[in-house]
Amino acid sequence: MAVCVAVIAKENYPLYIKTSNADNELKYSFTVHTSLDVVEEKISSVGKNANDLRELYLGLLYPTEDYKVYGYVTNTKVKFVLVVESSNTSLRDNEIRSMFRKLHNAFVDMQCNPFHSPGEKISSRSFEKTVATMMVPESHS
Amino acid sequence: MADEILFELLHMQVVQRIYKVYRHNEQEYGDISISKLEALGFRVGQSLVERLTKDVPRFKDELDGMKFICKDFWTAVYKKQIDNLRTNHQGVYVLQDNRFRLLTQMSNSKQFMEEAPKYLALPCGLIRGALANLGIISVVTADVTTMPACEY
Repeated sequence: MAVCVAVIAKENYPLYIKTSNADNELKYSFTVHTSLDVVEEKISSVGKNANDLRELYLGLLYPTEDYKVYGYVTNTKVKFVLVVESSNTSLRDNEIRSMFRKLHNAFVDMQCNPFHSPGEKISSRSFEKTVATMMVPESHS
Repeated sequence: MADEILFELLHMQVVQRIYKVYRHNEQEYGDISISKLEALGFRVGQSLVERLTKDVPRFKDELDGMKFICKDFWTAVYKKQIDNLRTNHQGVYVLQDNRFRLLTQMSNSKQFMEEAPKYLALPCGLIRGALANLGIISVVTADVTTMPACEY
């Protein structure tokens, strides 16, 4: 399960960031921030060779000592970043993929809420709930 | 079938309502109402495109995005595809719909020509909102030459 979930708007400012452990919040936002460069690189390289798969899921962005960072970019250039602990080897690519799909669904539902104005920070309860199901429970971390 | 008619009726009511609200503002009430409708469409287009692009592969370029608007987006909103898409490959796109749903109810003559713009403001905003969320900043204008046909 993830230790950090972040949603970044198309202009690259954070819309939402949630960490399992409040003490490390700064560190995680730093990690996520770093990952944006990799995301940018991955997207811009897509156009060049035609046989590239044009999937929304970007896969593993980069591994660090303690964490693995996964990325996902919607067609509207909204980025989702998941940070997972490296020690957690049970997580497969497929599971990460389904987590992103779930996150995307929740995000779309939230966007279609007429009371939410686009480009604002996310403060939706149902979105919060979905994210909570993907996070490591507080007591374990 | 039924939902299409409901959509048409709702659209007519929205147009009327907005025109009524701004009626007292004598000189420029047409402009205000049109921009109001356009803004309404913009917001809807933005969310709609978010939902519709959920399961489609990433767009290669602008043209890919425009094709998406013509096919999937238009089908989702008006139950038909755009009939003709032309471009000069320098950023100008012309989308042509020969039987635009919101105009088919009007007579084919020139009689209601000046009424048409208010029914086209919302679709204009819809397209602009959709494109904006795909990262394409655009100006959308509508053109009607013969009655049920309409160009953007």
